[in-house]
Amino acid sequence: MKRDLSIETKSLRRLFKGIPGKGDVVALDQVDLEVYDDEIFGLLGPNGAGKTTLIKILCTLLLPTEGQALIKGLDVVKRASQIRRIINLVSGGETPGYGILSVKENLWFFSQLYGLPRDFAKDRIAKLVDQLELQDYLNTRMSKLSTGYKQRLNLARGFVNDPAILFLDEPTLGLDVLSARHLRTLVKDWIRTGGKTVLLTTHYMAEADQLCDRVGIINRGKILACDTPQRLKTKVTGGATWKIEITPNLSELESVKSIPGVVGLSTTDNIETGVTTLKLVLEEESVMSDLLSKIRENGSKVLNMGKSEPTLEDVYISLVGTGME
Amino acid sequence: MLPKATPREELLINLRAAYARMWVRLRGSNREITGLVAEIGLPILTIGAYVILYRAIGLPPTAGAAVIIGGAMIAFWTNVLWNMSSQWFWERESGNLEMYLVAPVSRMSVLLGMAMGGSVNTSIRALGIVLLGIFVFQVPFQLADPLSIGLVFVLTLVALYTMGMLFASIFMLYGREAWNTANLLQEPVYFLSGAYFPRIYAPVVPFALQAAGSLIPMTIGLDAIRRLAINGEGIATVWPHILALIACTLILFPLARRALNYMESLGKKEGRLTLRWQ
Ligand SMILES: Nc1ncnc2c1ncn2[C@@H]1O[C@H](COP(=O)(O)OP(=O)(O)OP(=O)(O)O)[C@@H](O)[C@H]1O
Ligand SMILES: [Mg+2]
Repeated sequence: MKRDLSIETKSLRRLFKGIPGKGDVVALDQVDLEVYDDEIFGLLGPNGAGKTTLIKILCTLLLPTEGQALIKGLDVVKRASQIRRIINLVSGGETPGYGILSVKENLWFFSQLYGLPRDFAKDRIAKLVDQLELQDYLNTRMSKLSTGYKQRLNLARGFVNDPAILFLDEPTLGLDVLSARHLRTLVKDWIRTGGKTVLLTTHYMAEADQLCDRVGIINRGKILACDTPQRLKTKVTGGATWKIEITPNLSELESVKSIPGVVGLSTTDNIETGVTTLKLVLEEESVMSDLLSKIRENGSKVLNMGKSEPTLEDVYISLVGTGME
Repeated sequence: MLPKATPREELLINLRAAYARMWVRLRGSNREITGLVAEIGLPILTIGAYVILYRAIGLPPTAGAAVIIGGAMIAFWTNVLWNMSSQWFWERESGNLEMYLVAPVSRMSVLLGMAMGGSVNTSIRALGIVLLGIFVFQVPFQLADPLSIGLVFVLTLVALYTMGMLFASIFMLYGREAWNTANLLQEPVYFLSGAYFPRIYAPVVPFALQAAGSLIPMTIGLDAIRRLAINGEGIATVWPHILALIACTLILFPLARRALNYMESLGKKEGRLTLRWQ
């Protein structure tokens, strides 16, 4: 069954004026993206990769330099006002609203930016307050809310017009573990109501893995890979992900990284035990013998090793972490 | 596919947004009663100084009445300069601009709501200033034609707040420099508008000063209201004022719209709209 396209970009490019004399910053470069109805799509990428820029273009806040971006088949440049009725954007870390107004008053205000009739707005707000567990703070001024509750209010704003497409730019920034989980459930439930699309960015790999139907990995304005988390794991890592525990840590990490066949490498130190865990993505298993001798040359002892299930983080590291550019 | 909003729907959304923005303004600034007291009390002190001065040099009591009206009107200028003009600027600083830009409302209706809220708010304060001024300084007024006073007053506010709408976009684009300019403008305008003079369009005031003052709709409105409320003149003598105020609005409104559109498209092109302090 062919699903309807919700978001589409064609050779999208966006430049920013850089520091004088240094040339332009390429924030997005030839981005072709397709996101479908009923899909939660995640954008992963390092700081400055272009995620927010892409979202801003799709939300009609920024013009593309070249190429095209379409929302439900409508061009974001020419049909902005039509598009704005069916989208909403929540940026983590932003706290739109008026500090002097209560949570309830702010929500009512947000609803009026979409022209919701009084009773209709009231019902919707009651529902959102319930879903985001804001009941106890209804009459609290926004300026007195904690960061996390401000973020919840911001999220409630995102849902206030029941958009067809919701853009979430690092929505769980500043939320505690339980609240973040709660939000993920909320987004999943909301998508199930049908005819919805979510495009989100996050720096939490586990979050993307759990939440997203598909993810795109973006670095330096280019989409490096785009697929379901499961397929990315097998496709990119080839399934060969290794976990090696060593002590002490490698004195020359670079020498290990440069071994031919090592696609990705990340290290985690356990300060208490002095044990370092290396996570490696290898092109093939035969690389292992070179690797072990390099570790020995470094004067480190192997405590434990084994194959591990690849995670989205492994995919990310192998695409972004070892200089794929 | 996606249906386009009908003109009626479009109008309704924008009216609701404007109303909501006005409501926020009223709600926000009247929560704390101390603010209200200060905003009425402080101007009264300035006005008092002039009234006493004019009495001391032997001017007729009408000079005091003129200063009270001037002081009340200055409240609108301050409001336009500090609240209206810096509206987008603060909305951007607080992260609200993005919210407004992503919503299907025209930015003009948000500004309109802000202007309505600001003028209602300031009217409450201005009324307080006038009543308190009359009570304390016992100055004479001659309300021969209250309806005309109302008309001129409304036209003055419309022109003044339209000017504020224009300033709002300029402020936003030029950020800090505009801020400093406003700072610079405040005192000269107090002077140019003649708010604290017994009369601005008097032979003793140099013509250049009169002309410069007339660039601000407030000066024109102020002079008309003084004629109507103090000299007891009728609408016949303030026709030029009324026409000038209408002309101001008709010139300023499209300019405000243009500036806003220009600001928006420039922001979208350069990516400056949601950046802070530049
Ligand atoms: N308004 C702007 N003016 C100039 N350069 C900009 C502007 N916005 C973004 N950039 C540049 O474009 C590039 C992409 O930035 P973007 O904000 O899209 O990254 P991001 O992937 O969202 O990063 P993060 O994870 O840190 O949020 C960066 O090099 C950034 O400096
Ligand atoms: Mg970002």
